[in-house]
Amino acid sequence: MSVSLQVTDRVLLDFAVEVGETGLVAVKGNGTRWDMGGPLASDTRVISAPTGIVNYVPDEMTATVRCGTTVEELHGELATKGQRTGLPERGGTVGGALAVGENSLHVLGRGRVREVALQVRYVSDDGKVITGGGPTVKNVTGFDLPRLMVGSLGTLGLLAEVILRTNPVPACTRWLRSETIDPFMVNSIVLRPSCVLWDGTSTWIELEDHPGAVDAEQGRLAAVATVEEVAGPPELPANRWSLSPSALRDTNVFGDGPWVASIGVGTVWAARPQPARAQDAGVAALSLAVKEQFDRAGRLNPGRTAGVV
Amino acid sequence: MAGFLNSVRRRLNLAPGANSGSGDPVVDELRTALSPDRVRYDGAERSLLSRDASVFEGGVSGPVCYPVNTAEVQAIMRIALKHKRNVVPRGAGTGLAGGAIPLGAPIVVTVTKMNAVIEVDTADRIAWVEPGVVNLDLTRQLQRSGFHFAPDPSSQQVCTIGGNVANNSGGPHCLAYGVTNAHVQAIEVVLPSGDVVILGGTDAEPAGLDLRGAFVGSEGTLGIATKIAVTITPDPPAVKTLLLSFETIRGAAETVSQIIAAGMVPAALEVMDQRITQAVEEYVHAGYPTDAGAVLLAEVDGLAESIELDATKIAEIGRANNAIEVRVAADDTERAALWKGRKTAFGAVAQIAPDYYLHDTVVPRSQLADVLEKIYAIADRHELLVMNVFHAGDGNLHPLLVFDGREEGVIDRVHAAGAEIVRVSLDAGGVLSGEHGIGVEKQEYMDEFFTADDLTHQNRLRQAFDPGCRTNPGKVIPRGHSCADIQALNRVPKGVWA
Repeated sequence: MSVSLQVTDRVLLDFAVEVGETGLVAVKGNGTRWDMGGPLASDTRVISAPTGIVNYVPDEMTATVRCGTTVEELHGELATKGQRTGLPERGGTVGGALAVGENSLHVLGRGRVREVALQVRYVSDDGKVITGGGPTVKNVTGFDLPRLMVGSLGTLGLLAEVILRTNPVPACTRWLRSETIDPFMVNSIVLRPSCVLWDGTSTWIELEDHPGAVDAEQGRLAAVATVEEVAGPPELPANRWSLSPSALRDTNVFGDGPWVASIGVGTVWAARPQPARAQDAGVAALSLAVKEQFDRAGRLNPGRTAGVV
Repeated sequence: MAGFLNSVRRRLNLAPGANSGSGDPVVDELRTALSPDRVRYDGAERSLLSRDASVFEGGVSGPVCYPVNTAEVQAIMRIALKHKRNVVPRGAGTGLAGGAIPLGAPIVVTVTKMNAVIEVDTADRIAWVEPGVVNLDLTRQLQRSGFHFAPDPSSQQVCTIGGNVANNSGGPHCLAYGVTNAHVQAIEVVLPSGDVVILGGTDAEPAGLDLRGAFVGSEGTLGIATKIAVTITPDPPAVKTLLLSFETIRGAAETVSQIIAAGMVPAALEVMDQRITQAVEEYVHAGYPTDAGAVLLAEVDGLAESIELDATKIAEIGRANNAIEVRVAADDTERAALWKGRKTAFGAVAQIAPDYYLHDTVVPRSQLADVLEKIYAIADRHELLVMNVFHAGDGNLHPLLVFDGREEGVIDRVHAAGAEIVRVSLDAGGVLSGEHGIGVEKQEYMDEFFTADDLTHQNRLRQAFDPGCRTNPGKVIPRGHSCADIQALNRVPKGVWA
């Protein structure tokens, strides 16, 4: 019998009972992005997801973790075996990071959040524990519900437990800064930087690999510009923008105030919020159809809409 | 292909367009919307497209359409909606799970004429392509730009990117680079309603639900992709390909497990057993040792300073597992030969027997050796020859049951052995499919992997996209959990494990 067929974990079943079958309900993690997606309906019952690392298998590069666990706790455990995940480390929970779907600052090196979850277990609108995906690192068994859940802000199901893909931490991580390099040339000078940030004056570059390879990449950068080793990335302004990588060349749109752009990615952190992005009417209708299929009574995170900042 | 089809038509005495729509009321409307020569209803065409590369027979195709743009796909969908007809999208038909087999005489929408690389943007590392672009053709077009398309299924010389999206295809190099889903940024889709939407986006974090992610791997059941924005990947500056040979397949499998455990994610880790290496050597002379119990192909790529260390470590792990030989490809020619052997392995099998059934399951990497031993025992018990060539790095097994279909009773034995292989994979903590999909092949096993409630939720996704369940009905979700009209499909292909 498959390992994923029946859920017998009492903790998950208790969580399902807590979600129940009626009434408005939402899950709160550490609240780092609590206002995302619109205001929660005022009479919503707010609960917490279960916590704990259930099964970490470093040889398989997978970790089963309950969604109320903090990313910090998970990454602390993984670090003991020289591993990590692509989830962002910004003080939140695993479930929160997946429900929000924002990528890590290091997305070029660690991959997108939507690629981290191999299997999801969530509680449905009618209080059942549902499994999507599977426990292995490669899987096309059925529709890809893990992808659908990431970034859905808990509006389709309440994440309870996930199996995540882990990755080895490279032997060497080094941050460099340069004021003379063309930030848009960095990706053609070095092979796989984990992060390239630019604030209009300085460029920060994160290199990760074997020490000799990082030295060699630093040498290639130093051959075209002045670079210095620094402790880490700059402070990031509060408002997150999403643009195409080439749109970062037009910095006028970021407005007055400080900004930092992720080169090769398209994320910008700016002093002012990004103007609202209009969603295509057809996509909005399809998204509503999905919502109505998964949350027929409109009880999961009521008031929220994925995609609304 | 056109020449082949014409020769078939001549032999069957069928002029192009013969049986021109008689008996099927939608054909005239389709011909008006497209053009008469791109809506086929003759027996030869329908017969050819009643199958795909799987072993399953008995599909029944309705009119076969060859649209050339999104507007024509949209017109087909609207005509199908008006007449309450089902639609089956199709790429090159290389799928191995029966996902493109038409059930119940649907309109077959073949996207092979939509084969343009629309735009390549190396600054943003993205290419917009039509769904009929052949996988390897995109990489060939990118060759001078220093980029490639990373998913590389064994059929990459013929399979289409639209098909890759439908199946979330993999390939040897997906170990490090990820399967198709990781390389698709946006998809223009004609929905079953006939509406056109773009799912996903080419910005950093597209807003809203990840409907793109849900569409990839949905096996043509949620709509028809008409344009796809794929990520293009920089060519690595340095590559090393190692060939490690072992007395036993357990030695190769345990080496793979220990490489992963050592914190490495090589570009590829592929294992072939002795039976397949001998067949490959006969076929293409790839340079594999034929006296070894198994061969492991390991490839590392990236910076020269980095891959040297990884290659050394892989060799050390191999020797610790009693590798007979550790050889590093001396140059690009030897490297190409080693990969040619791996990618033509299934073709080489034709020298041994006329038929084969290729399975596809995934198990935890630590379970590879034990599961392989069980698979050999299963084949022995059913008096079948099994060969193993697989993506060992991600635990993706491809047991190849080789047989002569003319032998009485052999098909039953093949299916019985296949069922046992699926079950030992599930018992080991594995999944039903790593890259071939469910199609019609493994539908009835879905109940052994998911609960009824899990399948109900998968069907909810399906119904949000396709409330009438008219797009590729009868696939993926098993009977009893899916749209009601699956019950009404009056013909199930022969060979389906129902």
